[in-house]
Amino acid sequence: MMKGAEAIAEGAIHAGCRFYFGYPITPQNDIPEYLSRELPKVGGTFLQAESEVASINMLLGASAAGARVMTSSSGPGISLKQEGISYLAGSELPGVIAYVSRIGPGLGGIAATQGDYKQVTAGGGHGDYYTIALAPSSVQEMFSLTKLAFDLSDKYRNPAIVLADAILGQMKEPVEIGERPALEDIEMPEKPWALTGAEGRDAQLVKSLFLGDGEMEVQNWKLYDKYEKLKKEDTYYEELQLEDARLMIVSFGSCSRMVLSGIEMARAEGLKVGLLRPISIYPFPEEAVRKASEAINKVLVIEMNTGQMVKDVKVSVDRAADVHFYGRPGGGLPTPDDILAEIKKVY
Amino acid sequence: MTTEAKDKPKKVYGRPESLKDVGFHFCPGCNHGNVHKMVAEAIDEFGVREKTIGVAGVGCGVFLYNYIDIDVLEAPHGRACAEATGVSRVHPDHVVFTYQGDGDLAAIGIAETIHAANRGEHITVLFVNNTVYGMTGGQMAPTTLLGQKTTTSPYGREFMGEGYPIKMAEMLATLEGTAFVARVACNTPKNIMAAKRAIKKAFKMQIDKMGFTFVEILSACPTNWGMDAVTANKRVEEEMIPYFPLGILKERTTADYL
Repeated sequence: MMKGAEAIAEGAIHAGCRFYFGYPITPQNDIPEYLSRELPKVGGTFLQAESEVASINMLLGASAAGARVMTSSSGPGISLKQEGISYLAGSELPGVIAYVSRIGPGLGGIAATQGDYKQVTAGGGHGDYYTIALAPSSVQEMFSLTKLAFDLSDKYRNPAIVLADAILGQMKEPVEIGERPALEDIEMPEKPWALTGAEGRDAQLVKSLFLGDGEMEVQNWKLYDKYEKLKKEDTYYEELQLEDARLMIVSFGSCSRMVLSGIEMARAEGLKVGLLRPISIYPFPEEAVRKASEAINKVLVIEMNTGQMVKDVKVSVDRAADVHFYGRPGGGLPTPDDILAEIKKVY
Repeated sequence: MTTEAKDKPKKVYGRPESLKDVGFHFCPGCNHGNVHKMVAEAIDEFGVREKTIGVAGVGCGVFLYNYIDIDVLEAPHGRACAEATGVSRVHPDHVVFTYQGDGDLAAIGIAETIHAANRGEHITVLFVNNTVYGMTGGQMAPTTLLGQKTTTSPYGREFMGEGYPIKMAEMLATLEGTAFVARVACNTPKNIMAAKRAIKKAFKMQIDKMGFTFVEILSACPTNWGMDAVTANKRVEEEMIPYFPLGILKERTTADYL
C-alpha cells in the first residue's frame, strides 16, 4: 500500500533520478517530504529552494549537467515554473515536473480538480513548444508513468509533466514496484550533449537564444518535428468496453475512475457504454478518438473542470460524431449517480 | 641547458589559451572584454579549462560562450545562481561560475543570488556592475547612482520613489555562507591588476571548497552613459568608486562548514 504522491517519488528513484529541487505547496508536499527522507539514502541530493522559480532553474542546471532530475509543485507554483519550463524546451533539456493540481485561478483551493489540463497540454509558458504530459489514474500509474516520464523526457530532450490531483496524491492503493534498482542497473541514455567540462572534446553550449537571421525558425521547426515523432511513437491511451458500445465516454485521471463506476451502473441497466481514457494528454490520442468515434458516434466527455479536454475531443472525432460534455469544476466531484444520469441524458 | 633554449626569448605575455581567437563584439571602452580575459587567464593559471562550467546570465555578458573556450550554460534572466547550483550539485568537483550584470543579478535575480550565497554553494559569481541595463538600451538598474539619468530615469534617479543604489557586495558579505567577497574596478591598470587578483582568489577559494565567492567588478558602459571611453573611466573613479568602495570585504581562512 502506498500513497499516490509517494508512488511518484518512488517512481523517480526507480527511474534513476538522484536530484530533486522543490518548494513547498499543498497538496503535493508528500513528494518533497518523501524525497528529503529517501534521496540521501541512495546518494541523491534533495534541495528545498527559495522559490518555485529557483527550483525549476536548479533543475535546468542539473539537467544540463547530465543528471536525471525532478521537481514538483501545484497550480500557483507551476505558473512560476513556466519560465523555466519554456527555457527547458527551448534549450532542449529533459526534466520531470510532478504536478498535483489545486483549484484555481489564483490561490483557489486545494481540492481535486482537472482545471490545469489546458495549461499543461498547451505548453504553458511562452513560445512555440509543448511539454510531454502524462495523466495517471491510479497509484500504480503514479509510479509507472513517472518512470515513463523520465524515459520520454530523455528520449525527446523535452520537459515532461505528470499531472495528478489531490485525490490521486492522497489515496492509498496496493502497488507493485519491486526492489529499488541500483543506479548502475538502471537503463539510461547517454547524454553526449551534457555539460561536463570540455575534457578531451570541444567546448559545448546549452542555450535557447538564437539571434541569427532565420535561426529561430529552423529551431521551431526542429521542435515541431520532435512533437510529430512524439505523437507517432508515444501516444498512450486505454480503451474499455468499447467493442459493443453505443456511447463512448472520454475521461482522464481520477475522474475516469468515477466514470468507470458510472459505466458499471449503466451496463447493469443494459446501456452499452465504454470508456476511452487518454493516458498521454500531450500528445492527445487524436487518432484513437477519431477511429473509435467512426463506429460510436455518440461521445460524452466528462471532466472535473468547465470543459477543457472536450476541445481536443471535438477536433479529433469523426465529423458525424455528436460530442456532449459534463463537467464539475472547483472541487466538485461527479458521483457515479451523476454520471449515470448524464449517460441516460445523451444515450 | 642547450644554447637554443638559452637564446629563446621567454614569453611573458600572451593571449590566454582559454580565450578564443575571435574579436569581441563589445562597444569601445566597455570592460566586458577585460573581465573575459581575466577569467580566461585565471582558468589557464589553475589549469582547469576542462573542468570548468560557466553560466552566462542575460545581458551583454550572455555571449561569454563566444569567447571563452569552456562548457557554458545560458540561464534565464536573473537565474544564473540557481542554474549554477544545479550544475555544481551534479559536478561537485568542477569549477562553476556565473557571469552576470547588475539588472540580472541585483534586480530580477536577487533572491537566487542571496540564497545561493547563504547556502554557501561552491560557485564563483562575477558581478559586472555598470549601473545600467546595457543590452536592453540603458534603462535604470538597481545600482544606478542617485541623480544618474538613464532611459527610464530621464530626470535622474531619485531615492524618493526609485530607492537607493544597492550595494550587493556589502549585503552578501553579511551572510555566513560567503567565503570571499570583493569589489574591484577596471578603470586603471592598477585597478585591473587588483581585479585580476580578486578573480583568481575567488576561483582558488572555490577550488579549495571554501564556499561561495563573489567579485563585484565596477565597469564602464560608455555607450549607455553617453560618454567617450576616457570620460567613462573618469566617471568610474569620481562617481562610482566613492559610492561603491573597492576592496576585499570578506575573506575566510577556513571553510564555512569546518
